[in-house]
Amino acid sequence: MQEIVTFDNVGLRYGTGKEVLSDISFTLYPGSFYFLTGNSGAGKTSLLKLLYLAQRPSRGLIKLFGTDAVTLTRDRMPGFRRRIGVVFQDFRLVPHLSAYDNIALPLRVSGMSEKDLDAPVREMLDWVGLADRASARPATLSGGEQQRVAIARAVISRPEILVADEPTGNVDPEMALRLLKLFESMNALGTTVVVATHDVHLLARIPEAHMMRLFRGKLADPTGVLRHPPKPEARNPDDVLPSFPPKDASDYFRQGPDGS
Amino acid sequence: MLGFFGISRAERRLIPDTRLAGPMPWVIAIMIFLTILAVAAGLSLRSGASAINAQLSGRVTVQILAGDSDARDEQLAAVERALDASPLVARRDTLSDEELQQLLTPWLGGDILDDAITVPAMIDVDIAGPMTTQTLQELRNLIVAVSPDARLDPHGQWLQPIFDLLLSLQFLALFLVILLSVATAAIVVLTVRGALNTHGPTIGVMHLLGSTDVQVARLFQRRVALDALFGSLLGSGLAALALYLLSRQIDGLGAGLLDSGQLDWLDLLVLVLVPLSGIILATIVARLTVVIALRKTL
Repeated sequence: MQEIVTFDNVGLRYGTGKEVLSDISFTLYPGSFYFLTGNSGAGKTSLLKLLYLAQRPSRGLIKLFGTDAVTLTRDRMPGFRRRIGVVFQDFRLVPHLSAYDNIALPLRVSGMSEKDLDAPVREMLDWVGLADRASARPATLSGGEQQRVAIARAVISRPEILVADEPTGNVDPEMALRLLKLFESMNALGTTVVVATHDVHLLARIPEAHMMRLFRGKLADPTGVLRHPPKPEARNPDDVLPSFPPKDASDYFRQGPDGS
Repeated sequence: MLGFFGISRAERRLIPDTRLAGPMPWVIAIMIFLTILAVAAGLSLRSGASAINAQLSGRVTVQILAGDSDARDEQLAAVERALDASPLVARRDTLSDEELQQLLTPWLGGDILDDAITVPAMIDVDIAGPMTTQTLQELRNLIVAVSPDARLDPHGQWLQPIFDLLLSLQFLALFLVILLSVATAAIVVLTVRGALNTHGPTIGVMHLLGSTDVQVARLFQRRVALDALFGSLLGSGLAALALYLLSRQIDGLGAGLLDSGQLDWLDLLVLVLVPLSGIILATIVARLTVVIALRKTL
């Protein structure tokens, strides 16, 4: 299977400071689920920034969708970014836009007409349980609600890669589980999911997921499994997929998080 | 639904209108007002210079300064014959005694033509073809041959400093227009840069979601274009009122030279183009400012 992301000996430093990431090498395959763990300050967010093209590495090679992302020109960046959904640690919702408009943002950016985007946005609002909060601005939403808006915004355009930075950091355990189900649903539809978290309980929920552990800016990979993870086709999808996400993608967004 | 600049109503909300508007429409109104006045002044000076040039520069006054009136009349008749026979002359008009009297009375009082003072005879001559140094010299030779006391007074000679002044004023008007355009562009740059800083987080999110620089620029250029449209309409209205009042005052003076500075329909078209150019300039500058600023980001 063609790898979707390849990091080869990547290093990152901000300005003239010391490297926050060193010698990072790994490969991500399409349709796989990855957890990125590590203590605070280990470099998880920095690594994700490289992944969703918010930073260029100081050294090394990054290939995204088979293309060298390090030398990618600015005019080609938007096309790549539209293929990656991001749930930011701090949500980054646009404060003067309603929940509806925040979720609709990726579709508007991609040029979808207002007529065409209304249905998916409303379905997504319904799916994350915020149908009645569509017109609410972020400042009036709770932390958990903001997080759900951020997640809905990240997944609405059906990205090929979904990157989530501490997505369960501000929610209760029940909501964390629902969000994880959501990511699994996306993964079941073929999206490569990368979730950065230091919540060990979360890791146990998806035993099939690959683990990447960062320690002081380096990928702890003593066995070499992270560098060369087992290819996804080796796994039995039925073992991975929970019963919640429908197999048919067209029905996917019409169901609630609990499958109702 | 797509609207102005191909931006949907929902997309417009990405950048709140109120934060960008501020004083820019009013400043642009002032700039457009001043620019229209400068352009109108320049065009009026050009029109006036052309009219004066057409009326006077091809004209020469011949003065016959004989010692007594008999000699003067003889030389006058000889000069008239010479002028009538010359192909250099398109028209000549000898001033009558009454006309001379009228001309001199304000300075020398009445009855001078009856007294001992011999007043020079004067002939207005319109040159056929363009006035050149060679033409003037040939005409001078022709007249001096029959009237040694005659003196040629080409109008273009004493008008030259006036033409030079008018030309300088036209260049000054052009310079003012350039300065005002640069100032308008600078205001747009500063305003857009401020707005970019204010909306930096929103733009950052848009970029990470796959927005292109042009998509972001369109939001700003639309806002700036609307501000410029408002400012241009206001500035143009005020300038039109000012020019109308000035033209009324000039009409009231009934002065020939001032009348010659009237604007024709082509000039008015140029004036109409000023606010349009202002809107286009502001829009282009806004777009370039955004695109150049965003190029510095990843």
